[in-house]
Amino acid sequence: MEHSLEEIFQKKVDNEEKIEARDWMPDAYRKTLIRQISQHAHSEIVGMLPEGNWITRAPSLKRKLALLAKVQDEGGHGLYLYSATETLGIGRDELIDQLHSGKAKYSSIFNYPSLTWADMGAIGWLVDGAAIMNQVALCRTSYGPYARAMVRICKEESFHQRQGYDILYTMSQGSAEQKEMVQDSVNRWWWPSLMMFGPNDDASPNSAQSLKWKIKRLSNDELRQRFVDMTVPQAEILGIKLPDPDLKYNESRGHYDFGAINWDEFYQVLAGNGPCNKERLAARIKAHEEGAWVREAASAYAEKQQIKNNSKSVA
Amino acid sequence: MKDWPLFEIFIRSKNGLNHKHVGSLHAADAQMAIQNARDVYTRRNEGVSIWVAEAKNITASNPDENEALFDPASDKIYRHPTFYVLPDALKHM
Ligand SMILES: [Fe+2]
Ligand SMILES: [Fe+2]
Repeated sequence: MEHSLEEIFQKKVDNEEKIEARDWMPDAYRKTLIRQISQHAHSEIVGMLPEGNWITRAPSLKRKLALLAKVQDEGGHGLYLYSATETLGIGRDELIDQLHSGKAKYSSIFNYPSLTWADMGAIGWLVDGAAIMNQVALCRTSYGPYARAMVRICKEESFHQRQGYDILYTMSQGSAEQKEMVQDSVNRWWWPSLMMFGPNDDASPNSAQSLKWKIKRLSNDELRQRFVDMTVPQAEILGIKLPDPDLKYNESRGHYDFGAINWDEFYQVLAGNGPCNKERLAARIKAHEEGAWVREAASAYAEKQQIKNNSKSVA
Repeated sequence: MKDWPLFEIFIRSKNGLNHKHVGSLHAADAQMAIQNARDVYTRRNEGVSIWVAEAKNITASNPDENEALFDPASDKIYRHPTFYVLPDALKHM
């Protein structure tokens, strides 16, 4: 019996065979990947901004070095993911244009401001923690270049979460004022972190197809539940209260129950109306434009070297 | 502005091992590709040697021709040592 290309493709996916760049794939699979991976790449580099904000104000040289290394890692993550996206046949310049024009999205969490040093702790613990939950699952995604980028990223991420938790833990052992900063910061970052997993499964129309193609390996709600279950005991060690009166362990489910998420807020921020959307995009565009002369100079230099080398080989 | 050329990056993680493909990046020239590969792919002692090759210079086999290329190997079991059943008394072979 003849099998269509689509059937052969799905069979490979079902057998946990990876799809590689030059293999046949349905157009919609390619499009979904380009959207998801590039969105992920944009999130990595826009995610450098809230933390970059605190590098010069880190409380010690040790903290500064760690934060600098973390932010540098995120730039690298952006690169791995842009490269993976490009294997699908789209150029880097086009991807960057999509970010700058607002056509492409990035994780809405980065549209919240980082107001205090404790936010560096909360971001590492909660935001990187949520990202890791998602990324560990994506190490088994069906598209080879994406899966390999994820493996590399996951190796680097665990330091991010630990350095964040270390900041909060140190502060939680400090003065009353420092403890209060920890609590305030967690109050602000908790709910946006839960939103990072995306809409509830019943409100996420493309999820089923992505799961069938094994682009996604776990649903939004499954990942969110795992994150909550992992995080609650960690909050107890910090001696803080997570800002959810409905949060409590459910014996019969074997999981923590938690309150309803404010999806209005999520969609507002996604639509561009979060506290920092304009600032973030403006900072990205500014960095890109002000770096133009460096790119041009490097191109000119490379061209000159090429001419020099050519004339040498002729002579 | 137009993209810089794409380079594929290969890293030897330690002497004695092969260079292995790790990913790609854009750079103005090969020298810059090595610099940038150092910064993104070897921040935690992942390498002792870097190769960069411009992606356009790599010729790849076509996955549509995989059957023609690779299937002939699968029915040649006599290329494997286990194909030869020899007496138990035989040692060191
Ligand atoms: Fe990251
Ligand atoms: Fe991170």
